[in-house]
Amino acid sequence: MKDIREDIAWAKINKDVLVSLENPRKMYWVIVFSALALFSVGVGCEVYQYNVGMGVANLNNPNVWGLYIATFIFWIGMSHSGTLLSAILHLMHADWRKPIYRFAEAMTTFSLMTAGLFVMVHIGRLWQFYYAFPYPSERWVWPNFQSPLLWDAMAIFTYLSSSVLFLYVGMIPDLAICRDNLHEGWRKKLYTFLALGWEGTDRQWRNFRITYLTIACFLIPLAVSVHSIVASDFAMSQQPGWHVTSFPPYFVAGALYSGCAAIITLFIILRYVFKFEDYMTKSILKKTVRLTFAIAMVWTYLNAVEFAAVWYGHDVDAKQVLIQKATGPFAPFWWGMIFCGSVLPLILAFKRFQTNIPVLFAVSLLLNLGMWLERWMIVAPTFSHGYYPWVWDNDQWPSLVQWGMVMGSFGWFTLLFMIFCKVFPSVSMYEVKEMVYHRSLHLKKDETAEQGAH
Amino acid sequence: MSKRHLLAMFSNFDEAELVVKELRSTSIKGFNPDDDLVVKSPIEHPEVEEFLGDKPVYVQWFTLFGALMGGLLGFFLISGSQAGFYAQMKGGKPIVPFPPNFVLTYEMFILGGVYISILGFLICAGLPAKRSPLYSTSVSEDKIAILVKSDDGGISALKAIFTKHQALEIQEEAGK
Repeated sequence: MKDIREDIAWAKINKDVLVSLENPRKMYWVIVFSALALFSVGVGCEVYQYNVGMGVANLNNPNVWGLYIATFIFWIGMSHSGTLLSAILHLMHADWRKPIYRFAEAMTTFSLMTAGLFVMVHIGRLWQFYYAFPYPSERWVWPNFQSPLLWDAMAIFTYLSSSVLFLYVGMIPDLAICRDNLHEGWRKKLYTFLALGWEGTDRQWRNFRITYLTIACFLIPLAVSVHSIVASDFAMSQQPGWHVTSFPPYFVAGALYSGCAAIITLFIILRYVFKFEDYMTKSILKKTVRLTFAIAMVWTYLNAVEFAAVWYGHDVDAKQVLIQKATGPFAPFWWGMIFCGSVLPLILAFKRFQTNIPVLFAVSLLLNLGMWLERWMIVAPTFSHGYYPWVWDNDQWPSLVQWGMVMGSFGWFTLLFMIFCKVFPSVSMYEVKEMVYHRSLHLKKDETAEQGAH
Repeated sequence: MSKRHLLAMFSNFDEAELVVKELRSTSIKGFNPDDDLVVKSPIEHPEVEEFLGDKPVYVQWFTLFGALMGGLLGFFLISGSQAGFYAQMKGGKPIVPFPPNFVLTYEMFILGGVYISILGFLICAGLPAKRSPLYSTSVSEDKIAILVKSDDGGISALKAIFTKHQALEIQEEAGK
């Protein structure tokens, strides 16, 4: 099974990808309108919460973050696999990433944009958002540069803007292809503007290569720092169950895990919707699945480390929170997390399932459900079972407004992502050509060597 | 003396490489291969750099400058703000604490590095650019183009080399 056929003509690569911009299958519109409907539900919930107040979300003291911050972490985590595919695997010269890294990068950008919404939403009073900006003012609103919440804001801003730039710069040669091959109209004007006059000269390619490599080198530590800082939002507090040393690597592994699972889901959707069977091949899917399996095992190990650290530590309150997670009102969700995150991925170890698209689609969705539950199980149980019995509130249950907002975020992400894939090439044409070119060269060399041997 | 452009299209890199080698080894009046020769290709091709000879890339210096400036700016903005907050009760803790400030300095280091690298890329690659006097859209598909610039006297010699190597198409710019 080959990652890609070596005999695909370069002109065909252009044609196939450009067709995807104009003629997707009908399923595309079904997905877009479903996403729009979900997004509308989220908007409705936000308008209602904005007008009536945070009470409708059923958030109270001590349950102050609820699903909003859990979902925020989920979306931040989702963004990490784009960096994994585009930057880490780029540095490792894993060329099988080439047909799929573009949409993974887009996923990074849109999931960060979705995560940012929850920071706003959980404040409730949107008009007072600017109070959160740490600047010295006459009102004596003191910025606290030691707070991980502030680090978080800065890290996410850096990550979002760098990811957008990385996505854009990597797309310039493809935008030039779109400019040269599409008919007059708004698309042509847009691509002409964004392509910046790219002509593929040796000078442009030389500088492009170094720039892309440099930004990739920056993005890797940046991605690790972003989720480590999100982990610090919890680990640097004194709350039981959060004050754990292994939280930053645990969060980073969880982020890569959920991102990889999302890549499998979107891989399967794009492959069908845009008829990308020649580029998003089963061989590449298999490699992505194996990568996901490896990360799932790392995540499982770090989970075990966290539980062991709490169990064998001397923090009675943290231990009680752990016991409460496994036996209290959150138990079905906590065990659901363990099942979806640690048991279910074992199916990915079997070769026969590594290319079974229906099974993988279902498993990838369940893996992401598990990862979302993980974030909820980090946030909610600790708030409901603090140090003092009089702050214990195990009966808190998120209201429909919170659930509506979570659903809305999935709609918002899907909408942005699907619009992106319809406006911009979701398969990197020039890199697929490179892949085909280098593989055909290898093939020729092998054939020549074989002839020589005979 | 006015310069004229010629664009020749080739179907593969091997042929283009032979042409470039011949252009570099042949002395043609009014044509300097280091300045007057541009290869356009649909993919990033390391061999092009080899047969064109070493040409410097300066993007990494922009990166270094941007990252250092970003880090310094971050650290001094934060520390400067903290130093201005001396009125805030710190409970004996340092006014400018280095370990937590490192985190934001680190983020600003990366932010500066990325932004200025992009700026450096645009400057070094000459982008945004106007279209060259001669351009073929087939370069963005599967053809290799060689764009040369020469005095009127050298044009015929250049054309002869392109024709000898079976150029698929030769475009010529009218003299100015």
